[in-house]
Amino acid sequence: MSTATFRPSDAQQWHSARVDNATTARRVARARARSIKTEAKDRLLRLALSMVDLTTLEGADSPGRVRALCRKAVQPFAEMPELPHVAAVCVYPTMVPWAGQALGADSPVKIASVATGFPSGLTPLPIKLEEVQRTVGLGADEIDMVIDRGAFLSGDDQRVFEEIAAIKEACGGATLKVILETGELGTLDHVAAASRLAIAAGADFIKTSTGKIKPAATMEVGLVMLEAIREHFLATGRAVGMKPAGGIRTAKSALHWLVLVAETLGSDWMTPERFRFGASSLVGDLLHQIARRTDGHYASPRRFSVD
Amino acid sequence: MNQQKPSDPTLKLRGALPLAPAPERCPAPVPERLGHFIGGEVVPGRDESLFTSYEPATGEPLCQVAAADAEEVDRAVTAARSAFDRVWGGMPGAERGKYLYRIARRIQERSRELAVLESRDNGKPIRETRDVDLPLVAAHFFYYAGWADKLDYAIPGQRVRPVGVAGQIIPWNFPLLMAAWKLAPALATGNTVVLKPAETTPLTAMMLAEILAEAELPPGVVNIVNGAGATGAALVDHPGVDKIAFTGSTEVGRIITRATAGSGKRLTMELGGKGANIVFADAALDQAVEGVIDGIFFNQGQVCCAGSRLLIEEGIAAAFLDRLKRRIETLRIGDPLDKNTDVGALNSVEQLQRVQRYIEIGRRQGAAVWQGSACPTPEQGYFVAPTLLTGVQQTDTVVREEIFGPVLSVLTFRTPDEAIRKANDTEYGLAASVWTEKASKLFEVAHALNSGVVWANGANLFDPASPFGGMRHSGFGREGGIAGLWPYLEIQ
Repeated sequence: MSTATFRPSDAQQWHSARVDNATTARRVARARARSIKTEAKDRLLRLALSMVDLTTLEGADSPGRVRALCRKAVQPFAEMPELPHVAAVCVYPTMVPWAGQALGADSPVKIASVATGFPSGLTPLPIKLEEVQRTVGLGADEIDMVIDRGAFLSGDDQRVFEEIAAIKEACGGATLKVILETGELGTLDHVAAASRLAIAAGADFIKTSTGKIKPAATMEVGLVMLEAIREHFLATGRAVGMKPAGGIRTAKSALHWLVLVAETLGSDWMTPERFRFGASSLVGDLLHQIARRTDGHYASPRRFSVD
Repeated sequence: MNQQKPSDPTLKLRGALPLAPAPERCPAPVPERLGHFIGGEVVPGRDESLFTSYEPATGEPLCQVAAADAEEVDRAVTAARSAFDRVWGGMPGAERGKYLYRIARRIQERSRELAVLESRDNGKPIRETRDVDLPLVAAHFFYYAGWADKLDYAIPGQRVRPVGVAGQIIPWNFPLLMAAWKLAPALATGNTVVLKPAETTPLTAMMLAEILAEAELPPGVVNIVNGAGATGAALVDHPGVDKIAFTGSTEVGRIITRATAGSGKRLTMELGGKGANIVFADAALDQAVEGVIDGIFFNQGQVCCAGSRLLIEEGIAAAFLDRLKRRIETLRIGDPLDKNTDVGALNSVEQLQRVQRYIEIGRRQGAAVWQGSACPTPEQGYFVAPTLLTGVQQTDTVVREEIFGPVLSVLTFRTPDEAIRKANDTEYGLAASVWTEKASKLFEVAHALNSGVVWANGANLFDPASPFGGMRHSGFGREGGIAGLWPYLEIQ
């Protein structure tokens, strides 16, 4: 794919997408009111598990912690080996080799890494590009980049666009997820415009948040992003993925997200190829609920590992 | 509108979310036989007057209901008069307010039972009875409870007193909510009531009678008589009734208005509608779609203020309809007691036939009929899938007459003036919606509409503090808010 070029007329279109907050909230409330029971719940809990990007993004991360994370990613719960593995582990760049070592060469679990001066994104572009290239070189299958929110909020769409396009090129074959950090964008109109910008610039996935800022992945924001993906798909046929990240801790909220995805984008997005949850503690609650469905009663939450 | 070419990318929405049945399990036994509630007593009614009420979702009999005759209506009016004279009319407002608060709280406590009964009786989804009807019912009692001791401020500078005995005739589309809209202001202002529920939806009113008794409301303050048109006529004609409040069809409204002419009875009428949902090209389109869905498929479109005419700006019409159809393909039609049901059953076989007849008329007059939903329409019961009629014109029957079903007539316009002209081109004037993100246009259009209610970027939004009512053939008088007190007050 050739690098996307910025056109001011496109930017005008991104910003002409309008969102009404009150009705968006009503739509989300309706998705939350869906009642997911028995077989449907079994199926969707397992699907959600297979969509998790199991994440650790802390200053104190170490090879040991990453090894533990990878073990869990491959087999979330040893008592139930039939459960799916998660989609990916998500780590800082220096942790990528350790993850590669722990997962092995042919692992179905992908390695995602945040790059581009995560979480603020306020490093110069050449350094961001260098960081991305090196991280891919170290074995990352997926790059989670952050946009320059300051540039976006000051109206410099071109700069944001060109950074994304350049980073996409630097990714080579790696999948690019573009983090909008919606908690800093302030309005749903901004989220709508930033989503369209990121998609036009070449994002393979758009992602809500770094997890470092609150609010993170609200469902209202998610709906607006899913709608942007839908528009682009209907106009061009290119299917962009979605990754909410930050604040999704319960199985119930994961199921509500899946309702929103199914009802906005349809069954083709109900797959880890196109939808991910950026989360860590979510896996514990998913396992808790899956075991509840199999055993017929709730186990102690301590039955499931914390990390 | 434009058919998509097979090569166009399409979303696989239908069937994307298979869900297991999620029935609401709260027990709510249906009595075998319903009589009347007169003078604080539940009375069985006359055996020979019994008729059958059916469950819309199955078409099976639900219960037997007695119809009150003139003599039973007279007993109810007498009980109301006596309660008015002896206790209620002269009771200090603060005291009356306490009863209303108690009723409101008890409704909240028993709301799940009431919601289940309402869904079985009416056919509407439990999602609506649970999340819309019941919360609003309680809210109306709470709101007017607050007015009971503040009536000196209801009409600035005037002293007021209650009117007396109110006869209230309510429809089947929101049985309990319409009872609350009528009862709460009447009671807060010191009137006593004879209430007649619709003959196809008597269940929740009788459970409300139980709640009134639990709240120790003095006997005779609220009386409930069941029955159909004849019972209603007996109530309307009764000389002891001071005021009639009616919600229902424009046709019956005219009959009542004629019958009470010259009688000195006060009247309020909340009648039919043919609401316009005006969508401008600069609207927030996905939310406008949501508003159109709420406007016409809420309660299967059996709503007097339904947005049953969609007016879309011509330049976006085709694209907007595609959006709308995609959303309709995620609506689940079926068992009203399933928590995931979006579209339930129509209330009666008569209503089902009426809606089907209108769809046929539309087709004959040249409309293209499109129907959609996330799952097949049940064969048993009174179901109609969400329906769009495109290619219709202002002259068509389906654009002029109230269908009262999940059927949306789609029209286009080019300029705001044309939108206003088309929206106002109806004998009704109850409710309308305007969708645009441009504030100046929003205000201009909203004020130009001949409509009792205009929602700005919204549809079917209700609040007890906000007055609701129609213009033209949609009726007169307001329910809700401070204006909702006035029909029940005499200036002293």
